[in-house]
Formats: sequence, structure tokens, C-alpha cells
Amino acid sequence: MSEQGTILKPESTGTVHDEPGGGDLHAHAVPLWMLVAVFAALIVLTVVTVAVTYVDLGALNIWVALAIAALKGVLVAEIFMHLRWDRPFNRILLIGSLLAVVLFIGISLLDTSTYLPEMIPGHAPAIEQP
Amino acid sequence: MSTGATTTVDHVDGHDHHEGNYLTAGRGLRSWLFTLDHKRIGVMYLGTILFAFLLGGIFALLVRTELLTPQQTIMSADDYNRMFTLHGAIMTFLFIIPGIPAALGNFILPLMLGAKDVALPRLNLASYHIYVIGSLMAVASILAGGVDTGWTFYTPYSTTTNGAVILVTLSVFVLGFSSIFTGINFIVTVHRMRPAGMGWFQMPLMLWALYATAIIQVLATPVLAITVLLIIAERALGIGIFDPALGGDPVLFQHFFWFYSHPAVYIMILPAMGVISELVAIFSRKPIFGYKAIAYSSIAIAVFSFLVWGHHMFVSGQSELAVVIFSALTFSVSIPSAVKVFNWLSTMYRGAIRLETPMVYALVFIFLFGIGGLTGLFLASLATDVHLHDSYFVVAHFHYTMMGGTMIAFLAGIYHWWPKMFGKMFSQKWGNIGAIVIFVGFNVTFFSQFVMGAKGMPRRYFNYPPEFEIYHVMSSIGSYVLAIGLFIAAGVLVHSLIAGKKAPVNPWGGATLEWQAASPPIHHNFDSPLLLTNPYDYTAQRWDEAEQGYVPVDPEKEPQTT
Amino acid sequence: MSTATGNAHEGRHELAHYFDSTRQQFESHKLAMWLFLCTEILMFGGLFCAYAIYRANHPEIFLYAHTLLDKNLGAINTIVLLFSSFTMAWAVRAAMLGQRRLLVGLLVVTLLCGFGFMGIKGIEYSHKWKHGFLWGEQFDYTEAVAYASGKGHGDDHAAETGHEGAHADDEAAIHTEVPAATAGDEDAAAVMAELDQAAAVTMDHGHDAERIPRNLHIFFGIYFVMTGLHGIHVLAGMGMLTWLIVRASRGDFGVRNYTAVDLGGLYWHIVDLIWIFLFPLLYLIH
Repeated sequence: MSEQGTILKPESTGTVHDEPGGGDLHAHAVPLWMLVAVFAALIVLTVVTVAVTYVDLGALNIWVALAIAALKGVLVAEIFMHLRWDRPFNRILLIGSLLAVVLFIGISLLDTSTYLPEMIPGHAPAIEQP
Repeated sequence: MSTGATTTVDHVDGHDHHEGNYLTAGRGLRSWLFTLDHKRIGVMYLGTILFAFLLGGIFALLVRTELLTPQQTIMSADDYNRMFTLHGAIMTFLFIIPGIPAALGNFILPLMLGAKDVALPRLNLASYHIYVIGSLMAVASILAGGVDTGWTFYTPYSTTTNGAVILVTLSVFVLGFSSIFTGINFIVTVHRMRPAGMGWFQMPLMLWALYATAIIQVLATPVLAITVLLIIAERALGIGIFDPALGGDPVLFQHFFWFYSHPAVYIMILPAMGVISELVAIFSRKPIFGYKAIAYSSIAIAVFSFLVWGHHMFVSGQSELAVVIFSALTFSVSIPSAVKVFNWLSTMYRGAIRLETPMVYALVFIFLFGIGGLTGLFLASLATDVHLHDSYFVVAHFHYTMMGGTMIAFLAGIYHWWPKMFGKMFSQKWGNIGAIVIFVGFNVTFFSQFVMGAKGMPRRYFNYPPEFEIYHVMSSIGSYVLAIGLFIAAGVLVHSLIAGKKAPVNPWGGATLEWQAASPPIHHNFDSPLLLTNPYDYTAQRWDEAEQGYVPVDPEKEPQTT
Repeated sequence: MSTATGNAHEGRHELAHYFDSTRQQFESHKLAMWLFLCTEILMFGGLFCAYAIYRANHPEIFLYAHTLLDKNLGAINTIVLLFSSFTMAWAVRAAMLGQRRLLVGLLVVTLLCGFGFMGIKGIEYSHKWKHGFLWGEQFDYTEAVAYASGKGHGDDHAAETGHEGAHADDEAAIHTEVPAATAGDEDAAAVMAELDQAAAVTMDHGHDAERIPRNLHIFFGIYFVMTGLHGIHVLAGMGMLTWLIVRASRGDFGVRNYTAVDLGGLYWHIVDLIWIFLFPLLYLIH
């Protein structure tokens, strides 16, 4: 890092130094057929997620519902929100914030799932039997 | 949010600034209140934040005065509860969190990048306006009956007590937006406005620190927003999520609150560490030791900060499993923090240390933050924490880190960049005297609190057994000394504005880009081509007696000297 | 210091003085928008956390309470919002291609979908309001009992609920054992007692004795906070759409300037995305 310094002109500060395509705006319009296909897929998945509630999968039900929701989310984010053609950092941000949420929920769940039985003896958090 | 692309971004105060600096570039109150210039916004933030600091300090002195005697001294117990709540809330939300990023960071970040402004000047101005509105709401709550919950707003007390809880929590909500806007602005600016030739590892460490801070601001603050909204819903509608009388879970509130408020303490300390990283190198005339270690440790602290919130809940009925996990993770935060301290010490080792005022503050920081950090280890240990929790030991610990750390670094940064901000030099002698008085007063105030805390004095109590009186008296006297020191520090700066000598371009010999701008900078920051070098290479400059500052070495005329 | 160029096809195209290129300006604004979306995710994340904790600890409340929601209206609303997302994505495409009239039309359709969503939400809310299925202390347990017996077991059973006195006493005895956590003030204690009594009312249903779980109001607290906050975001999005429509019909947008439409689209999609998760979690509990 002891190389000779670089001269910068004030007019050129803030140069977009890592833009291979130069400084101009390049629109990437998503093809219409792709938008229609994604919309159709979202509708199908919505129908599936409603239909699946009529099938008893036990504890799996909520995970199936969440997986379908996540799949829909991926479609919306990647196509409708352009992430597929965007800078990778925007995707990192989205994933990072989701990880933060998962961490928050995960540790809070880990805590309450182990403290409630000790804190209220005889009233463990379970379905009250008739 | 989606504005700016097509609207004309002009400065309110006009286009042409052929002469003068940013302070004189426009006249009148409007040219300040609606400016889009990051330097002016930074200066306005500085003024407002210092006012909040004064207010919070007055509350602190009132609390300390009340505690001079074991019984009632100057106020009722209820007033005392309101006093320490407001002291905590104002110092936390109005002073320490925005302190370094919003005031110093706003001024310094684009300059360090060689940019003309932050990426989103309108958002920046909005952030300041929102900050002022939130602050006014917080101050208005004093008139509306005050709040006695403590700054943490623990349920169910906060949902049942009388007072202006809704107003204060709403002000916290509003202030959160100001913090988020600053964070978004800094991340975008660092990502998109770096000049050609400045890669991530050519950035000054202050920018790494501000960047890490901004990540926390963006990811943690929204959780605070929803937390205070739920408190408001609880009080206004009786929604029942945190209220045990309605089947709600008050421990859940603590998870919510500390998921923000623990990362928030790193919002406070990370920029302080950034300031110290700059100062230690400049005033030792040595390249910073372990640049990458310091840079990565800032990011590591930001990541770890999200993993340790449960250590505030060791005695809240949290499960044993969670407690053990949080304790272990808490210890791990000390690693990146210690990495920084060792690197600062290594930088100073065999350096040509100059005890100018900013450096004196930096040394005070390292000493006090060291104590604050090491006493944190006692609190991270489960067994000792059960004894020390909610005692004055905790109060002393976080004042050593927050006040001894962040506030001292804030002062160090103000002194360091003061010549750049206002173009005036201050009295080094009186600056150093102020720093020493603050150092003495601070230690008398808070070291006695370590002792009484370890002996079992609980925090937030109005009355106390007479055996603690000696420590309380010591602490109160120390707080008066501390206040005198702060007034000296402020007086030195005010005096410099009136009678200070004109500051040179580079009074301290810094190698970061802001020292190539005029003191004070012109409206668009830089008027001549910038020389982009390693930010910690001090070989290309020499002291110039006529200039009373550092000037670049001209390689054709003279051989390079240090 | 700003440069303004452009024609009808390109839209008003301006570059702020502190940026070097249109691309840098666009990417800066886009990054800022994504950061803002992150804060939205974290903010809703808090509510999802509250949801997860209560659902994990009291699944019976959620299992029972979701039957009081209208699954069909929820599904219709999901489709309305998905369709609006589709038209919004199409609108962004139209803006990029400089198709001005199509852009205005699609934005109007998106806005109408927003009205549709809020309208259906309003129908749902008014239904809850009528029956007292509200949050916390506003929850009306007697109404809930009557509703459940009327809906779940036919009108003929509605009368029977009155004959459950003996059962109710037994149940109430069990429930009052629960430590009244903050029964310090009388109001809270009274509410507790009332809730226990209401919750203890059982309904005879063939062989099974179906009962309303305690603290049913917790579900509705979460339901109203989550859908309410989401609704506020929809309203904000509708305001944004109106602003975009005004600007689009003025001819501000074109192939050289579509940032505002693009960023507005991102916001609208995130609102849709949150609903994609809210719908199964609130309406489709099994």
C-alpha cells in the first residue's frame, strides 16, 4: 500500500470505478412472457397452499405452507424485483436481513420453548385436553 | 424513498460559490435549515446533539445530587425516577447513538471519500429534521408528566404506569427513523461514491467503522420501531402481547428490546473506535498497525452484536440453555474488541507520539475503555452476574464504555476535526487541562460505583443504607469535577471560534483526503486535484513552520524525510 | 449544477451534481431502496417472532382461532395482491421501454387492486368488529361462544350452551389455579376472572366436548397488529402509486429515467411478499 499516489481531479471524484458497462443506464426489461409465467405460477402455488390444508400432514403442514410461501417469495424477488439481473449485493442484503430475522425468531423460540415449563409448574405449554 | 432521480437536486442557497467556504456559502437561517450540504447538516447535528448532551448532563447532576444523602435530598422519589429515566433516554437516543455517526460522520465521510456529498442528500436532511422532531417530542414528555420506567421501558410496568410513556416511545420510534436514514445513506455512499483507486482496503478505518455501524443501524433499528409500536398499542388499545394479565409474555418484550438495544451499544462504540484508529496513527506518526485486522474486527463486532442480546436477561427468567449460549457468545465479542486495542497499542509502540489534545483524549479513551471492557467480562460470567446484575457495578461498567469510551472519543473527534470544521485552532494547553480534569472527575465518579456495586448497592434506588454514603458522596463530587472538565472543554472550543488562530489545511499531518480540503472546506468540498495515497502513509508530508501545518513533500526539491 | 435533458421518449432525465453518471445515480438509489426494504423485513420480522413464540407455546389458540377467519376472502385477497404485483412488474417493463400510455394504465390497475385489497380487508375487519373478535381486553368471549356454537354445531345447539352450568364450574375451578401474574390491581384480576369463566364454557358436540381455548384474544392481537401494519403499508403504497400515476401521465418517465417506477415497484413487491407469508400463517393453520 505504499505505491505512488494517484491524482484525482475534483470533477472526477465519485467515479464509477467498477462499472464494466460504463456510466450509462442500461435498462433490462423483463420479457412479458416471463412475467405472465411467474404470475401463473404464483396463482397455482396459492391454490396448492390452500388445497394442502385439507390434507393432514401433522406437524409437516406448517413447513409445507412455509416452503410454498418461500418459493413464491423467491419468484417475486428474482423476477418481479429484478434480483436475477441486479447487482449481487442487493441479493446479499435480502438474504442477510432474512437471516437476521431467522436468528431473532430462532433464539427467541429456543428460549421460550425451554423456560415456560419451569416457570409455570403444571401449566406446560401444550394443548389443553378436553 | 424513491425521489431524487428526476427532481432537480440543487442547493437551496444557489449555484455559484466562487469565494468563501461552506460556512459562508449561503446566508440566513433558511440556508442552514434546508441545506443539502452534508457539512452543514453535520454541524447542525453537532449543535443539537451537544444541546441534548447538556440536557442529559443536567439530569445526571440532579440525580447525583439527590444521592448525596441516604434519604431525600432535593427531590421526591417519583421525581428521582423520572430524572434517571430521562437521563438515560436522552443520553442514549439523543446523544450517544447519533453522536459520532450523525455529527462527525456526516461531516467527515464524504470528505474522506473525496466525494462532493453523500449519495442521498435529501434523505440526509430528512434524517436531521426527523431527529429534531423526535428530540422535541422527548423533551415535551417532561412537560407532559415525565416517564418513570427507566430508559428500557420494561413491561408490564411501562404498560401500567402513569406518565407520558406513549409520547416518549413515539419519540424513540421517530428517532429510530433518523438513525436508519443515516445508516442507509452511509452504506450507499461508501458503496457507490468511492473514488477510482480507493478500494475497500484503501479506505480510512473510520469509514470501515461507520460502515459497520450503518449495517447495525439498518438491521437492528426496525426491531426497536416495532417494539415501541407494540408498547403504544399495548397502552392505547390493550393488545395483550406483552401483558401477562392478558396472557401475554413480558419476557418476549425483553427479547424484542434487547435485539435492538444490544446491537445499539455497538452503534455507539464502533464509530468511537473508528475515531481512535485515525487518531492513534496520526499522532504517533506511524502507519496503523494491523489495518486489515482492525477493518475486519469492525465487521466482526457488527455481526457478533446480533448474537449476544440475551446477556441482558440472565436474571429475567430466561432458560438455562439460552443463558449458557449467550454467555459464551458474549465472551467472544471481547476478541474483536481486544484486537483493536492491541493494534492501537502496537501502533503507538516506538511511534513519535505527540500529546496534542485529540491524542490526549484518545489515550484517555484507551485507558477507560480498557477498564470498561474488562469489567464486562465479570458481567458476562453467569455466576458473578447473578450477584452484580442491577447493581451499581453495571452502571459503572456501561458508563466506562459509553461515556469513557464513546463520549471521550466524540470529544477527541471534535477536537481533531474542529480546525477542519471551523477553520480555527484552539488552545492546546487548555484543551489538555480540560481532558485531564475530565479524566480525574470521571474516574472518581464511576470507580466508586464499581466498589459500591460489588458491595451490593442496587442501581436506581432512591434511598440506601448509610454504609454506602461515602461512595455516593465520592461519586457525586466526582460528577461535579467531571462537569467542570466538560465546561472547560467546551470553553476551549468556544474561545477558539472567537479568538482562535486560523487553521492550516493540515494541522495534524493526516494523510486521509479530508486534510487536502481547505479549512474550512468550500461548498463542494475540494477545489484542487486530490492526491490519493495510502491513508496511513505519513512520509509524503513535512511540518512547515510558516504554514503552521503539514504540507506535501515536493519530491523534486528535497529528499523525503519523516 | 444539474443537467436536464431528454425528450418524450426518454423522459425527464437529470443527473445530480454529486454523481458522475446516470448509472451511478440509479444504482445508488436502488441500493438505498433495497436497504429500506431490509428495514421493512426486520420490522415485520419482530411480529413474525411474536407470532412464532405464541404459536409454538399455544398451538390450540391458533388452531381454533383461524376458523374464525374467512379463508376464502383471504385467498381472494392473495390473488388480488399477486395480480397487482404482476401489473406493477409489467409497469416497470413499460417504463423501461418508454411505453407511456401502457405505463399509466398498468399503474392505475395496480392502484385499483390496492383499493380492492383494502376493501376486502375492510369487510373482514367489520365482521370481526361485529362479533367482538378483537384484540386483548376488547375480545368478547360471550359473543365468541355464541358464534362458535352457531357456526360449528348448528343453531339447534346454540340453546344448549346455557345448560352447561355444572361443567362450567368445574372448568372454572381448574382455570383459576393459574397464577395471576400481575393481579396486583383489581381491574386485571377482574379481567382474568371474566376470561377464565368465559373460556371455561364448554359446548357439547356429539361425543366431543369442544371448548374455546383460554387467551383466544392473543391470536387476534397478533392478527390485527400484523394485518394492520401490513394494511398501513398497502395504503402507503397506494399513495406512492398515485404519485407515480401523476408523474407518468405528465411524461416524466422514459427509457432514460425509470428509477422512480422501478423503486416504487420494489416497495410494492415487498408488501406483496409479506402478505405471501401472512396468508398461510394466519388463515391456513392446520
